[in-house]
Parts: sequence; structure tokens; C-alpha cells
Amino acid sequence: MKTPSNTSAARTLYQKLVESHTVRVLDEQNVLLFCDLHLMNEYTSPQAFAGLDARQVKTLMPGQNVSVVSHIIPTHPVKIRVIDDQASALQASNLARNCAKHGIPLFDTNDAMQGIEHVVAPEHGMIRPGMVVICGDSHTTTYGALGALGFGIGTSEVEHVLATQTLVYRLAKNMRIRIDGQLPAGTTSKDLILMIIGVIGAQGARGYVVEFCGSAVQALSVEARFTLCNMAVEAGARGALIAPDQVAIDYVVEKCPDIKGQYLDQALAQWQLLRSDEGARFDAEHRFDANHVEPHVTWGTSPDQVVSISGRVPTVAQVGAEQKRSTEQALAYTRLQGGHQIEGTPIQHVFIGSCTNARIEDLRNAAKVVAGRKVAAGVRAMVVPGSGAVKQQAEREGLDQVFITAGFEWRKPGCSMCLAMNDDVLSAGTRCASTTNRNFEGRQGRGAITHLMSPAMAAAAAVTGKITDVRKLEG
Amino acid sequence: MSNTIKAIQGKAAAIRIDNLDTDQIMPKQFLRRIDKSGLAEGLLYDLRFDTRGAIKPDFVLNRPQYADSKLLLGGSNFGCGSSREHAVWGLLDYGFKAIIAPSFAEIFYSNAMGNQLLLVALPVEQVEQLMALSERADAPEISIDVENLEVRCAGLPAMKFEISRRHQEMFLKGVDVVGMSLSYMDEIQAFAQAHWQQQPWVRDVAARMKRQIPVSGGQAN
Repeated sequence: MKTPSNTSAARTLYQKLVESHTVRVLDEQNVLLFCDLHLMNEYTSPQAFAGLDARQVKTLMPGQNVSVVSHIIPTHPVKIRVIDDQASALQASNLARNCAKHGIPLFDTNDAMQGIEHVVAPEHGMIRPGMVVICGDSHTTTYGALGALGFGIGTSEVEHVLATQTLVYRLAKNMRIRIDGQLPAGTTSKDLILMIIGVIGAQGARGYVVEFCGSAVQALSVEARFTLCNMAVEAGARGALIAPDQVAIDYVVEKCPDIKGQYLDQALAQWQLLRSDEGARFDAEHRFDANHVEPHVTWGTSPDQVVSISGRVPTVAQVGAEQKRSTEQALAYTRLQGGHQIEGTPIQHVFIGSCTNARIEDLRNAAKVVAGRKVAAGVRAMVVPGSGAVKQQAEREGLDQVFITAGFEWRKPGCSMCLAMNDDVLSAGTRCASTTNRNFEGRQGRGAITHLMSPAMAAAAAVTGKITDVRKLEG
Repeated sequence: MSNTIKAIQGKAAAIRIDNLDTDQIMPKQFLRRIDKSGLAEGLLYDLRFDTRGAIKPDFVLNRPQYADSKLLLGGSNFGCGSSREHAVWGLLDYGFKAIIAPSFAEIFYSNAMGNQLLLVALPVEQVEQLMALSERADAPEISIDVENLEVRCAGLPAMKFEISRRHQEMFLKGVDVVGMSLSYMDEIQAFAQAHWQQQPWVRDVAARMKRQIPVSGGQAN
């Protein structure tokens, strides 16, 4: 099947994924795209189910859909979770009712494996190379780490997918970001993606699906790749991809015991082909060198307002004409002085969590810094594991005790303070070192100030009470 | 399912903020309903109201001159961030019919056009001209011609813009996208069968993998 974008024989990985899921070419810009997996949460799906009811249409392929209570769920460390907020409780019960009615599997509020949708789905083997995965959540780009095309959709499109298991999909352009070299000690894929967003900008990849490649990318674990692809949307990307290599395939084979015998041979043969052909044309290309990446921290209210830990907050005079207004607005909101060093900025809160950085490796990285230290006086620090499985694994490894002994709160899984839709909300003026993905105004609470960073950097901030170069603690 | 819209005309309000994200357009506390009600109240809440809930009189939408604006003039990368369609529903509920900005974020774009909130991307200089006019006491109305893809405003030459033919027809004819796609059901079913023949491991992937998780007695961890 040929899509309109394919004019030469050599194809990008993105083009291959679109072509292998094209049910029908609608016009030169749009195809009807088959979706292998559709994830839902409690807050972007209710109106879609209501729309189906109004049409008297049932979910076409319930087994290709799964739901997770994730955004509104409280994370207090109690045995049985009860959602006190009435409206939120109704969203959760409404999701359960809709899933039961439509035969869709659900990770409900007190399911032991509940968590953030983008943490839960891959750890239970629901993401496989070559799939198209969609969700009413912008961070669905995460799945590109396994060679699956993932992207976020709105609620109208959720209804469309439930009714037809397809989407009317507008084709994106192809961008390649090559990152060679080796990430230095003390830095992670979070620092890498923050650096990239800082260079290309919050709309630097708008209109594109980004394929990450290069030796630095190949050296990353699957979990680190999730972080990289997860935040590509903060550069405006419609998708992010990494061609599945042995690292990715080993991960998938371990998570997917159902793929075995002749299926496994078949699958491996197909996954081999999931790479951009030699000579495939990209509409835009960027190159980065990982060798000199430093820990990165955002200073402003957009993820591209970021500096390395040794850097200074920019002044309005320093930035280009088109950034003066936003720089001024951001400095006013974050109460920072242009020209000052970011390192040493006092913080009052630390949040380790989110679909970006709440997997087991993230918690291990943070715990390594925290071990033998105490949360600084006047700082409230919390860890919200990405899922029940992550939480259990961390507890088996004793990481919970490392955090608790240091003075962290060890919470239950959920999206929590990443977007503060539950009761984990910061008060105005509180400055937070956060492992999340968005430093938008008001995101973590009205007037609250967010500094995005890696889990190790957030841990360093927790034990020092200020934004700190973690390499100084590790060294 | 939806109306036909051939033209949009009205006063415009300018919000000079780049990367105006959907968290700001529709804050978290307004996302807790299971229907589309009450979203006008939440629109741009932190910009419109102070921390005590009192109106901020200086904010453009609170000034009498802009009370019944139908168009919004915005900064670049308008609607970035969260996929929440509530942002679009809220803009419509408040009374906006169109947004003109230098660029729009991807998911927001699909959400808006699917709900017949017309998004018009114009070069930043032209948006700036419209903003400047809109801020005059005698600000002229702006009209958008969806058939000819032109923005017109007294005192400025007509400005051409582009949207896809598909989106244009969704405005001019009021297409029900889900209804249209349901008419391809035979093709979808045939595609799925062939797809699963080739990749049996993706069939029922969610249901199968959810079932194989050991039951822990429904006990929370």
C-alpha cells in the first residue's frame, strides 16, 4: 500500500509504520490509520463514550483497548485508596462502568498494577515494535522507544477510535535527530532531551515525527529511551521513534511471553525491517554530540527555557527579538533574575514521578544520590512510583527504605503532581525540583514554580535544599 | 452532526503570549466532569481571575470592548502541551469561533478543527498588524471567508491562508467524521484480518496481556 508521502523507494521507519497501518488513503494528506492499541484514562474518555452512546455504537474491537485510572487518583500511602473528591470519584466510577459495558480491560483504582498509563502499558507487554499506539494523552510519543508509532489524540478522536479502531490521520513530515558520543557520568537521557528542546525550541519539531538515532541513543536502556521519546512532544513532535535494536527486542521478548516459537521467529524477522532505509529522505535533520552534555534544568515556563547546571538564567537583552516577550513573562513568573546562576536556587519541594521519570531505573538513580543523606530542612520531598509494578520492584530492592529514611514521602502510583489533577497541588510561590515534563505556568499549582530535571538532579536538590550539580555529590 | 460554516465575523481580542499551553487555556480543576458543561467558566482562568476569584479588570477578555469577541489573536505555538480537548470546548463555550496565530500545536489543531473552531495560521507580521488594529478604540471587525480562505479587515489588504481541503469541507459541509469512517467498516474489518494474519501477536493484545497478570486478590499494593 502506498501513501501519498512515499515518492521514492527508500522509506523512513515512520513511513513504513504508516503504510503498514493504512486502511484507506483518504486524500493527499490524510489516511485512515488502523490503531493496534488504544489506551484510555478517566478524564479524556468520558465524553467519547457518551458520544458512542448517542450514536448507539459499541466499541468495535474491545481487546485492542485498555484503560487506566491515572490522572485524578490520590497517591497517599493508604492501603485502600478512596477518591474523596466527588467529581473525580465519578470520573473513576464512570470509567469502570464504560469499560464494563464495552468489554474493555481496566486497571482500576485499587488494582495492584494500577499506575500511569505510559508506565503500565509497556511493562505488561502491551507495546510491541511496529504497532500504532494512541491515547488521549500527549505523552503517548513514549512508545517510539520500542519502534511503535505512538501519539496523543483528543477526545473526539477517542470516540472515533472506539467506534472504528482507526483514526483519520494527517501525515507528518520526517525529521532525524542523530546523537553520537557518550553521555558523561551524572547525565541521563533527561538531560539530553532537555538540551535538545532548548536548542530546537518548543516548536522545533512541530509537524514532524522525529527519529532518534546515533551511538548515544543506542547506548541508552529502554527506560532511558522512553524518557527521550516521551518529551519529544515538548518540542512539538507528533511522534518519536527509535529503530528497535537488540536492546529493545530483548526488553520486548522478556515482557511478551506470548510471542514464542514460530511467532517469535516471524516477529523477529518483521522487526528487523523496522528501520529507515539507506537513502530515505528526511525533511529536516539535526545532529548532537552527547560527549559534553551537562545536567540540565529549566528556568522558565516552557520546556525550551532551559540551561545547563553551570549556566546562567538569560537576560531579556540576551535573547533574540522573538523571545524577548516570553523571556520577560517567564522571568516574572519564576521570580528569577536574568544573569544569575541557576545552581544554588533554593527549592521548597521535590517531586520524583511522572510518565517521564518514574520507572525503576529513575528511582534507582535518585536513590543512589539520596542514600546516606537527609532531605534538607524546609524541603518536602516525595516519590510517586510510575506504577504498582515499579513500586513493588523498588520495595523488593529496598529503595523505599532509602527514600523514607532520608525523609521522603513514599507514595502510591499515579500522575500526581506532574499536572496536579489530584490533591497533590503546590501552593503559590513554592519552587519545585521536578522530574516531570512541563514547567508551564500553574501546571503544578497556581503560582507554583517548576524546574524540570533528571531524577538524580531532583534527588540532589532534595538533600541540599537548592538546585545542585549532582556530579558534585557523586564525585 | 455539525453545522455548516462559510464565514466568521466579529471583534477580535489579542493575547500576546507565545506557547500558550492548554494547561493555561483550561486549568486542571475544570477537567473533572464527565460532560462538556461549565467550561466557559474555566477558560484562561488564571489570566481572567485573581487568586481570590475576583475579575482581573486589565485582562483583555475582561475589558468591556472585548466582551463579545468572536476571534482570538494569539502567539506562536498556540495550544501546546496537554491533549485535553476541554481547551477547545471551553473556547467555543466562551463564544470564540476562530483563532488567528502564527502557529498552532499539533494535537490542539486536530481537536479544534474537528470541533469547527477555525484555526488560521498567518505570518507573525500579519498577526501583529491585526493585533495592533484590535487594540485601537475603534477596532474594526475581522472577517474570515472559509470558501476563499481569506482574512479581511478594514485598513489592511486581504490575507490569504491555507487549510487542508478536508478541513475546509468540514466547515463548509459539516461532515460527521465518525459517521463517515463507519461507512468504511468492511474495509476496516478486512484490513484487521490481514494485519492479524501477518502479526498475530498484536491481536487482542490489551485483553490478552491484562488477563495474564497474576491476580493478587484485588489487593492494592
